[in-house]
Amino acid sequence: MAEAHPVGFQWVMEAKRRGAKVFHVDPRFTRTSAVADTYLPIRAGTDIALLGGVVNHILENELDFREYVLSYTNAATIVSERFVDAEDGDGFFSGFDPETGSYVQDSWQYAGHESDSGSGHTAQERDSAAGLRHESHGAQVHGETLRDETLQHPRCVYQILKRHFARYTPEMVERVCGIPREKFLELARAWTENSGRERTGCLIYSVGWTQHSVGVQYIRTGAIIQLLLGNMGRPGGGILALRGHASIQGSTDIPTLFNLLPGYLPMPHHADHPTFDAWVDSIRHPGQKGFWGNARAFGASLLKAYWGDAATPENDFCYGHLPRLTGDHGTYQQVLNMIDGKVKGYFLLGQNPAVGSAHGRAQRLGMANLDWLVVRDLFMIESATFWQNGPEVATGEIVPEQCRTEVFFLPAASYVEKEGTFTQTQRLVQWREKAVDPPGDARSELWFFYHLGRRLREKLAGSDQPRDRALLDLAWDYPTHGPHAEPSAEAVLREINGYDVTTGRLLSSFAEAKDDGSTAIGCWIYSGVYADGVNQAARRRSRHEQDWVAAEWGWAWPANRRILYNRASADPQGRPWSERKRYVWWDPDAGEWTGYDVPDFERTKPPTYRPPKGAAGPEGIAGDDAFVMQGDGKGWLYAPSGVLDGPLPTHFEPAESPMRNPLYGQQANPTRKVYAHPVNSVNPSPPQEHSQVFPYVFTVSRLTEHHTAGAMSRTVRPLAELQPEMFVEVSPELAAEAGLTHLGWAHLISGRAVIEAKVLVTDRLTPLRVDGRVIHQLWLPYHFGFEGLVTGDSANDLFGITLDPNVLIQESKIGTCDVRPGRRPTGPALRDLVADYQRRAGIIPGRTPPMVTVRRPAGQADEGPGEHADA
Amino acid sequence: MPDANSLYGPLDPAPDAGWVQAGPRMGFFTDTSVCIGCKACEVACKEWNGVPDSGFDLLGMSYDNTGALTANSWRHVAFIEQPRPAGHRTPPFAGTPTGGPVSATSAAVAAGSADPSGTDPGVPPDAADAAARMAAGGTPAEGTAATGANGAATGTRFLGMPGAQPPGRGTGAKERTDFRWLMMSDVCKHCTHAACLDVCPTGALFRTEFGTVVVQEDICNGCGYCISACPYGVIDQRRGDGRAWKCTLCYDRLGAGMTPACAQACPTESIQYGPLDELRERAARRVAQLHGRGVPEARLYGHDPTDGVGGDGAFFLLLDEPEVYGLPPDPVVTTRDLPKMWKRAGWAAVAMAAAAVAAFVGGQS
Repeated sequence: MAEAHPVGFQWVMEAKRRGAKVFHVDPRFTRTSAVADTYLPIRAGTDIALLGGVVNHILENELDFREYVLSYTNAATIVSERFVDAEDGDGFFSGFDPETGSYVQDSWQYAGHESDSGSGHTAQERDSAAGLRHESHGAQVHGETLRDETLQHPRCVYQILKRHFARYTPEMVERVCGIPREKFLELARAWTENSGRERTGCLIYSVGWTQHSVGVQYIRTGAIIQLLLGNMGRPGGGILALRGHASIQGSTDIPTLFNLLPGYLPMPHHADHPTFDAWVDSIRHPGQKGFWGNARAFGASLLKAYWGDAATPENDFCYGHLPRLTGDHGTYQQVLNMIDGKVKGYFLLGQNPAVGSAHGRAQRLGMANLDWLVVRDLFMIESATFWQNGPEVATGEIVPEQCRTEVFFLPAASYVEKEGTFTQTQRLVQWREKAVDPPGDARSELWFFYHLGRRLREKLAGSDQPRDRALLDLAWDYPTHGPHAEPSAEAVLREINGYDVTTGRLLSSFAEAKDDGSTAIGCWIYSGVYADGVNQAARRRSRHEQDWVAAEWGWAWPANRRILYNRASADPQGRPWSERKRYVWWDPDAGEWTGYDVPDFERTKPPTYRPPKGAAGPEGIAGDDAFVMQGDGKGWLYAPSGVLDGPLPTHFEPAESPMRNPLYGQQANPTRKVYAHPVNSVNPSPPQEHSQVFPYVFTVSRLTEHHTAGAMSRTVRPLAELQPEMFVEVSPELAAEAGLTHLGWAHLISGRAVIEAKVLVTDRLTPLRVDGRVIHQLWLPYHFGFEGLVTGDSANDLFGITLDPNVLIQESKIGTCDVRPGRRPTGPALRDLVADYQRRAGIIPGRTPPMVTVRRPAGQADEGPGEHADA
Repeated sequence: MPDANSLYGPLDPAPDAGWVQAGPRMGFFTDTSVCIGCKACEVACKEWNGVPDSGFDLLGMSYDNTGALTANSWRHVAFIEQPRPAGHRTPPFAGTPTGGPVSATSAAVAAGSADPSGTDPGVPPDAADAAARMAAGGTPAEGTAATGANGAATGTRFLGMPGAQPPGRGTGAKERTDFRWLMMSDVCKHCTHAACLDVCPTGALFRTEFGTVVVQEDICNGCGYCISACPYGVIDQRRGDGRAWKCTLCYDRLGAGMTPACAQACPTESIQYGPLDELRERAARRVAQLHGRGVPEARLYGHDPTDGVGGDGAFFLLLDEPEVYGLPPDPVVTTRDLPKMWKRAGWAAVAMAAAAVAAFVGGQS
């Protein structure tokens, strides 16, 4: 965190000043480790084993916050008798379909819900990264459940959890992660001792945690711990994601993703959502408890914001104009489609895939095979010059004179040169003013898209083609100002907030959304950011002039609520768990919920309320159902739906690993997304042969001194000089083994690429003893590319393309490689070296490794496809 | 007590320099125990003061790639890797299959590769032994722990084969378990008795109303006297420019009531700016707190008004001996002995003259 988020880390240092103990788990000793109280080196890619060990420590010693767990989680809920755990399936849960490499979730459901909950077969959900839409609400599940309040029923979630993690002992943690058991226990004790009635603990991760083939399950394991310890919905608790850039939270709320619409409404699928009603019902799940029941109003208001007067109840608010998904349109599928000539044009904004994305060579080859490419950036980045200066020019794979892509580079305004908002990890929306005018032709994104839309509409004016209606019907009337006709960002924020279409009155909350076309809302969860006609995001009242929750600094979605599910900060009867952790509570005299924050509960619903039988929507939420956006009102220790690779996290090895999975016959996540494409390959892992050709584990991350792909730091002198060259960090032991010298050169080889780097031999890295073997790990920064003041080979070139099945995030934090002293070959000889390694490792480009590495997955009668290997 | 011309001893420098309505003396307290090595101070300093880059060279001295305080580096963050305990509750690499430590040898290689920084003292280029000692934390035995192929100690020279034994098979004695990574943001000390200022023949260097020492770039003629005068090796001549440059403690910002850029940018309040008296009290409390928490090695550096420079306007909390950070252990203002020297020179001149007169007088007889 000190490396990648030094500004946020000031609060860790502040806590440390006040006596907090800081634990740091990382494959290498970083600037965070330097100031931590305990540092635990870990084998990259084994976090579920470590955190599963903590879960086991909690359950084995009954250290869970029992009253919280009973009332607010689904620990007591009874699961279908058809469910088979991964412990009994050698890594497979029941319902695996080897044909598609995905699960049918029926058997995961709560008892009695097998046929009316969940999504059934999940292959299509994987292609549309459907897990993302659960950022604002739980997955589909029926509200009425069977429970055993004693937690003794063998099929209640608590017992299933206990059995699932029983083998994740301190000894197993040591065997899998390479963390000595005493150190592990030090961590487990500190975490559990600092949670409960009087104390809470917060789990903070950075986005590197998501970049694994089991990334979502990493976070799920953290969530299970936080729920068991009563750390959710309470002050000082929670799970926070430190984002890699400003407003990454904002760019999922109002998404730059192929599969979502604003406010986590799903992008319609052509087959599943033919009509507006079908689309709405797939969101609100009739009969389900909770607040998602108003989906129709949110959907209608969004379409009304898009198409204004043209959107009417009679034409389903122009639902027909919305684009439809037909499958996987994620960024990696797009790149492969580019190589295959299926994509004609590409807009790149604030992104530098030639350096920042996994498998850089595939990225560059894809972009070299377009009709046109528009790059908007602050600097001339690698993704704009790959056709001229990229490594493929040296190897002869791209010939500049023949490269067919026409590249348009448009200078962009930086964040200080335009107004708008940032939304950070707490969902806090903060308005920022423009400090200076952008130089020259640099313009804001808002300017670019507004005027692009305006010109397209002008060109299409008068067209009677039905396909042009979606553009021509748009409400595209933002006020502009200044010499360049800059659109008003505040006008856009007002539209995001939403308004009454007849009076123009700005809405004060999404509760005012209507499904009859009388309201237009750009993003329903942001409704209230412009309440009372005031830009609430621009509020800057000092923390010294308000209480510690500081509700008048900026504005948080939803409804300016700073902690979600804060009903859980009070006990089931509505009283604070403790005076020290008082936050939101029931005031019996006033008959309402009150506290420091906006209660995340219906204000006047008493703790004693029990829903009538068959109640749905908000009415179905009981007075002690704290997790109001979940279908059953409970925090999910066990996820009967929504997570595609299993209801419980299970340790799998990374897609590329030198180790056999010590826990299960199944080596890696069987549902991971793979692409069988000639440009792509995966280095062999056990039980495949030849994994020793790539004997070392490499991991990449950030340096404090640089920002992501380096476009904003390698181009700036005072930053470039601080880390001026690409380097690789190795332990003294690996240096001895591989013959590397400090400040000498080394080159690293994977099945995709060869890169070179200067060597730093440092005591900060250590080999690990894992399952009786010594494993060496190397570390690389991923900031370098071939443009800018300081340049170097790109670490991300080493990676292949393997994705998490839930959200289609690439596994780009871990891979295997070989390392040799000296510089890499140049020209065509470079590809020869890769080909030689591929040959030795038995890699056939375009063929995926066997996904199933056990003889027979649970619940399967036959052998499935013929690529099984022996365990 | 200072003598009449105030070349050493405690005093308040601004009134001493003739400021009649000077406010309290302002300065820096840099608490290295909370430094996270982010280098925001270096960047903020360069951005605000328009300082050029120091060259794009990977120095290999841990994460330090600007090398030293120079004309082009007015804040400099030192990184020292040492195989020594650092208050981690369990040694960081306990239980992992390590061989011997390499910190000292890597530092020695890095020292040998650096370009001359133009700064002296400090760690001069090619001072491999000094660098190794820094990394070893003053215990030469650990610093020379590089082992050859036969496992025998072979001295500080880095042979590229620091734990040639197969990992995990060491005897235990040579395995590294402890490790610490010290980080420290260094800066001009703004001495009470600033030798640079004393020797400046043009008046380019002057004492401000805040008690700080500033070079006026439009007056400096590049004579370079100040450079050899500085006991810390801070002030430096810029190549291709010829003039002397160093930290101004953001004199322009101070005048506008602002905090210096480095302190403003520091995320962890490792760099604190304020009235020096207040900072010294705060620092003393912090040292006591750290001692109470089991960090006995915490100590202040440059806070004492009775030291060889009359105390620094920028002082530090360190976690090891000053030499480990490249700081002189007992700096003395180089002009302290000037009066005595001039007196001696005077007596010598008188004696010479007397001898000459005597010779002539004697010759006549």
